[in-house]
Amino acid sequence: MTSVKSLLTKPWIWSFLGALLVWLATIAFTGGYGAGGMVTAALSLAVFTVIVGVGQMFVITLGPGNVDLSLPANIGLASAVAMKVMDGNDSMIALGLLAALACGAAVGAVNYLLIWALRIPPIIATLSASFIIQSIDISYGRGLQIKPPPGFADFANWQVLGIPVLAILTVLFTIGAAIALQRMIYGRSVLAIGQNIRAAWLAGVNVGRIRFLTYTLSGALGGIDGALLAGYFRGANVDIGNEYLLASIAVVVIGGTSVAGGKANVPGVWGAALFLVLLLTMLNTFGVSAGVRLLLTGLIIVGVITAAGGQKALR
Amino acid sequence: MTAASLETVAKTSAERGALARARLLRGLLPALSLALVLLAIAWLNPRAISYFGFSLMLNLAIPIALATIAQMFVISGNELDLSIGTFVGFVGCVTATWLKDAPLIGVVILLGSIGIYALLGALIHLRNLPSIVVTLGMSFVWQGLAILVLPKPGGKAPDWLLGLMAFKPPFVPFPIIAALLIGLIVHFGLMRTSYGVILRGSGGNPAALGRAGWSLLKTKIVLFALAGLFGVLSGMALIGITTSADANIGNGYTLLAIAGVILGGGEFVGGRVSPIGAVIGALTLALAASPLLTFMHIPPDWQVAANGAILIIVLAARVLISRRER
Repeated sequence: MTSVKSLLTKPWIWSFLGALLVWLATIAFTGGYGAGGMVTAALSLAVFTVIVGVGQMFVITLGPGNVDLSLPANIGLASAVAMKVMDGNDSMIALGLLAALACGAAVGAVNYLLIWALRIPPIIATLSASFIIQSIDISYGRGLQIKPPPGFADFANWQVLGIPVLAILTVLFTIGAAIALQRMIYGRSVLAIGQNIRAAWLAGVNVGRIRFLTYTLSGALGGIDGALLAGYFRGANVDIGNEYLLASIAVVVIGGTSVAGGKANVPGVWGAALFLVLLLTMLNTFGVSAGVRLLLTGLIIVGVITAAGGQKALR
Repeated sequence: MTAASLETVAKTSAERGALARARLLRGLLPALSLALVLLAIAWLNPRAISYFGFSLMLNLAIPIALATIAQMFVISGNELDLSIGTFVGFVGCVTATWLKDAPLIGVVILLGSIGIYALLGALIHLRNLPSIVVTLGMSFVWQGLAILVLPKPGGKAPDWLLGLMAFKPPFVPFPIIAALLIGLIVHFGLMRTSYGVILRGSGGNPAALGRAGWSLLKTKIVLFALAGLFGVLSGMALIGITTSADANIGNGYTLLAIAGVILGGGEFVGGRVSPIGAVIGALTLALAASPLLTFMHIPPDWQVAANGAILIIVLAARVLISRRER
């Protein structure tokens, strides 16, 4: 009993309960048909949100005002870079992934450079950067029709017993991220900066370096996400990352991470990502029109955040 | 008085003078960037600097300026509205359908949507919610509603609105007069009235304001309702110019509005905003967005990048000036 109670106090449990609820509602509607396939599909799609969500989580945890708005443009550019480097050739997969990673990391580093050198709020810095990245992507990826190498596309869609391999790898990655957050100096520093940047600085945390690393990490995750998306959907395009601006922020907040910073939650990102994907599946299954689907998605996000309530800023 | 203390007095007054100059320069920065963009346009294409040229180039400046003002109210209260763009789109769809066919229902819908904005302000304050997430969710709601109101592009603006937006005053193009009016009215309301000071104070030092007995709930509701009001005006002005609507018509305005406020000297926290600056920022963006880039023969691919670069350059200039302020 006490274990149930302590479980209910965990901020991330609600996102999983929400995902379960939505899943059950959909199954009830279809009469049990496609229950397993829905979980498989949800897992494969949630992966992409989780990867950028974790990057966004570290950034948001840095404190009020920290957010990476350049992720969609970053994902778009990295997907084009990855496809161009791979050039449909199986032997170039590793190099293509590396290129996407480097491209994303460079975007992240430039973001922090703007924040640091111009002392502008991260929202505006990443926004201006995303304008420029978007243009580079449009110009670079113009008429880009390169398909991913067959091996890479197969890998991105590979399933074992109905479980996407990419999802398993992403679970491992999130476990690593959770350890980094809670048990490593880097993660503890991020939390400390989010709670009180001045106190963290006085306590000897190298604030500049940690923030630089965090933005670079977020960028790099966006880059790798772009490459994987291009593999999964069998092709890159400029708009491939568009939906991940809202999704990356939403999963972080619904998952129980504080927007005021200093308090992060890795499992919640998974729960929230599954919740969002299953929610879309549910609305599609119910056969509602695009307008109603958007309307309900928005209302549910507002409803969830209202129910979860805001924490007082830790200041 | 000793010579030493006299010396310090002289020194501090000199320092104060330098500080005031830096502050003045900073206040003039939005106007300077607008002047710079205008000069560039005049240099590249002298014929554009005419009554007709300005009417054409500033065509979309009015809705952008109104949306920027809406965003500015939200920013004064230390919040951010990521839904203003889709809200403008929603208002546009209502304007092109209900407001023309059944004006009474149209007015009720638009007033109701301002009411929803006010409620959002209350919700954000009472539940202490992050406005970024709430408005991000609302952006989906408005977009969904817009698609429901107008499933495919079309509709038509009411005739009186078309007539108003096509107004051609003598000598000075309408967008310039409208921008001046918007800037002055909001400047007076927010910077010169006592409740305007309270509204800005709710962003500057909410705790102090609360202890002084002012209702922070009320200030937040008022700020969001004002944002809703100007969002409605922006959507209507937009449809008055484009004559028909589309559910996605306002999507770009969210980022434009934020950029306009910041270009105009506003800051994200602390209630430090400037209505006239915001209008100037919106005009700068409206001019820099396409006319300037077209005259510079920048290919369409790179126009978005040029916008980003302009933002970065202006902000960099501001940092240089701010550094002197310290």
